Amino acid sequence: MAEKVIAGKSIEVTDEGYLVNMEDWSREIAAELASEAGIELTGKHLEVLEYLREKQSAGETLTIRKVGKSGIVDIKGLYKLFPGGPLKISSKLAGIPKPTSCV
Amino acid sequence: MNDSKNETPLKKVCMICSKGTIEDVYATLVMGNGAVMEGIEARLFFTFFGLDAITKKRMNRLHTATVGNPAMRMPGGLPFPTLLGAIPGVEAGVSAMMKKEMERLDIPPVDEFLDMITAGGGEIYACKLAVDMFKLKKEDLSEHVLDIITIGDFFAMSGGEGTQIIFT
Repeated sequence: MAEKVIAGKSIEVTDEGYLVNMEDWSREIAAELASEAGIELTGKHLEVLEYLREKQSAGETLTIRKVGKSGIVDIKGLYKLFPGGPLKISSKLAGIPKPTSCV
Repeated sequence: MNDSKNETPLKKVCMICSKGTIEDVYATLVMGNGAVMEGIEARLFFTFFGLDAITKKRMNRLHTATVGNPAMRMPGGLPFPTLLGAIPGVEAGVSAMMKKEMERLDIPPVDEFLDMITAGGGEIYACKLAVDMFKLKKEDLSEHVLDIITIGDFFAMSGGEGTQIIFT
């Protein structure tokens, strides 16, 4: 665990940079984490992040298959939005824990 | 978990799938999909009975062996008698149950899994020798199959630092 200043606020994060408390999240934090990952956040990105947060709050296991069926973006589109880690990077930017699913 | 700082990160995995049971095919598909999800290049080469996984008519009808499979258990955990596994319909029933359990974990059918892997940039190849042996044609294979190639061609695309070959 570590403290990290993101968007002017001190936030608790894991060693891999995932937010410890998903309530600490804000769009500003998402934008700053995105730019660290070399991503410029668009409305589409935010839609995915909010979908992930909603499902995480509902206690569902997240998979790229589920996101692909959400109606927001297909799987190919998801890879384009979050290159090199469609579920890992999106989860990090959404302020939710590192995904535990293999799909 | 992340104490591997001095190691060369994995950049590419090349997988050879030579068997056509549910568990052998899914081992390859889960690893291939897992690789592209981590930003690792994945190249999948299907050969011999593994070709079933990319043959349109057979890909969603894979079975798990109920005979000669000592790890097989009854739903309650008791050993699964081999003679029971030999009764017609038992293998199909067990296989349907495996698929249902996987669906619950959001693991897709084979055709959709190939969609997912190729959506992430993974590449699918068929073995020329096995395609010829089973008298298959390009049109019998999934549209995700990039090419029918020789093992030599496959090795030629398996080079580079941080590359591993996995055989299932």
